[in-house]
Amino acid sequence: MEVVSSVRTPLITGAKTVGDVTQDICVRVEAKPPRTWFMALAVSLSLLAVGTYTLFFTVWDGIGVWGLNKTIGWAWDITNFVWWVGIGHAGTLISAILLLFRQKWRMSINRAAEAMTIFAVICAAFFPLVHMGRLWLGFYWVLPLPNTFGSLWVNFNSPLLWDVFAITTYFTVSLVFWYVGLIPDFATIRDRAKNRISAAIYGTLSFGWTGSAKDWSRYESVSLILAGLATPLVLSVHTVVSFDFATSIIPGWHTTIFPPYFVSGAVFSGFAMVLTLMLITRKVYKLEDYITITHIEFMNIIIIVTGSIVGIAYLTELFMAWYSGVPAEQYAFLNRATGPYWWAYTIMMTCNVISPQLFWFKKIRTSLWATFILSIVVNIGMWFERFVIIVTSLHRDFLPSSWAMFYPTFYDIGDYLFTFGFFFTAFFLFAKFFPVVNMAEVKSIIKSSSSSNKALK
Amino acid sequence: MAPGNHFIVGVYGDDHHALKAVKSIREAGVKIYEVFSPFPIHGIDDALGYKRSRLPKAAFMFGTLGFALALIMQYWMMGYDWQMIIGGKNFASLPPFIPVTFELTVLLSALGMVFSFFVVSDLKPYKKPRIFDLRITDNKHVIAVDLGNNKLNKTEISKIMAQSGAEEVNEKSFD
Repeated sequence: MEVVSSVRTPLITGAKTVGDVTQDICVRVEAKPPRTWFMALAVSLSLLAVGTYTLFFTVWDGIGVWGLNKTIGWAWDITNFVWWVGIGHAGTLISAILLLFRQKWRMSINRAAEAMTIFAVICAAFFPLVHMGRLWLGFYWVLPLPNTFGSLWVNFNSPLLWDVFAITTYFTVSLVFWYVGLIPDFATIRDRAKNRISAAIYGTLSFGWTGSAKDWSRYESVSLILAGLATPLVLSVHTVVSFDFATSIIPGWHTTIFPPYFVSGAVFSGFAMVLTLMLITRKVYKLEDYITITHIEFMNIIIIVTGSIVGIAYLTELFMAWYSGVPAEQYAFLNRATGPYWWAYTIMMTCNVISPQLFWFKKIRTSLWATFILSIVVNIGMWFERFVIIVTSLHRDFLPSSWAMFYPTFYDIGDYLFTFGFFFTAFFLFAKFFPVVNMAEVKSIIKSSSSSNKALK
Repeated sequence: MAPGNHFIVGVYGDDHHALKAVKSIREAGVKIYEVFSPFPIHGIDDALGYKRSRLPKAAFMFGTLGFALALIMQYWMMGYDWQMIIGGKNFASLPPFIPVTFELTVLLSALGMVFSFFVVSDLKPYKKPRIFDLRITDNKHVIAVDLGNNKLNKTEISKIMAQSGAEEVNEKSFD
């Protein structure tokens, strides 16, 4: 009765049965983690410790400890914010847009990618929060709460406020989407639990899920509608982030190409980070049968597509600056490429436009080492893209007497390290205590897309 | 026998066997209490005669509520309650209100729908679920028949179940 394609490669290899899926994934949660996991956790916790020290003094002394000056009022803080938000784009894209397109290869990677999204958005949120200085008053500045100082309500005409709403909504909806997907898998761990503590914890987390047909039917409509809601949401988040710049009148920021260009850049860097993390997780947790070379190849194809869109956007920006005939605009782009920050521009162009083109070669896009290295290169490039957009557009102010350079301080670097520490600590804890692959979804494709079933035909 | 406490439980190893069994058991005149499975089985809703979920409608209504609340909030705050001159523009105009309106529509729609799902399916922390078989969340599909809600007796139902291809037929009672 099942139709099995003879052309498509199986998504799950190693002749897995439904029971094997449960066993392979749950054993990671139940067993003592490997030594490499403890080593990795120790490294990320020490990054977190260094970061906590600098973050404490950033809040205690104020953001004067950063390298900002009168001309460059935004630098690493906003660069890091946009970079982390961008990384947080892959998870929901994988689980929402690929669900609407019925791409079954999303099933082995969506859980970890969504977790990554959630942690990346938290990391992003640190920077605007800290940038507010007295962040304990931040709620009054960003949310429409009645207060007795300053203007009564927040300014709904400001793109910075739209950003608050966009990021909060994105975070909440992604978290809910992720949690709904986790419920059946928590129930699986609960029903296998050997001791009372884990039975109680996973029992609570599973919300009393039993897997009844009625609940599955509702679960499926909820997933579909959430995917439908999350799809425009994913596209809106980086669009709104780009409005922070695009609605200003700074040459280099004031461009209409920003929304689509930021969204594709975000997907580009998000997939790169998913690849970096999944290649490590796959190796440490021996998930080679679930995350196959086919999965990696598909992700690399998305990287070529989005990377090329980003490349076209860079060229379009240059063309429009020339074609506009506006001297300030032309100078902004000439200065980017040939001014004192030429090296940042070169890194951006090389890492984002040139090196991902190597994935056109099948040998490279199916090679684990090449993918791992290029995925890191892409994220270095995407960090420099935001640095180039933000710092080089600001450092040559309208008056030459205000021209300045930006030099990061120890606190700039430490606060950035803090987010790395947080991100990796959270991800490693997730990988230990949560099922890293969506078991229920993978079980549903075992019949149609696994090598065990293909062998029977 | 009071309904809702004593069940005959048929265990199936394959989703297609379970789906076929649902049809044959219902044809034999036995009322099925519920089917449990580790992953959604395609076509089981029709076989059991379940209607489509109304949760998408709930999502739409919560979304409409979010849309309306967002616009009312912004027009009231900016245009009426505390007017501010920003860049010499109108106190309240529609285009800058669109992003926040969109976000609140999505937010209320998603949260409202998921909350409704938890309420109608009675999913909550600290709930003690009725587990018919521990292997349901692993790899077995289970059809449960309520003895208190069927005219046929235990042996007859067990026989129909065994004929429908069940690997095991068990009895399960809850207090």
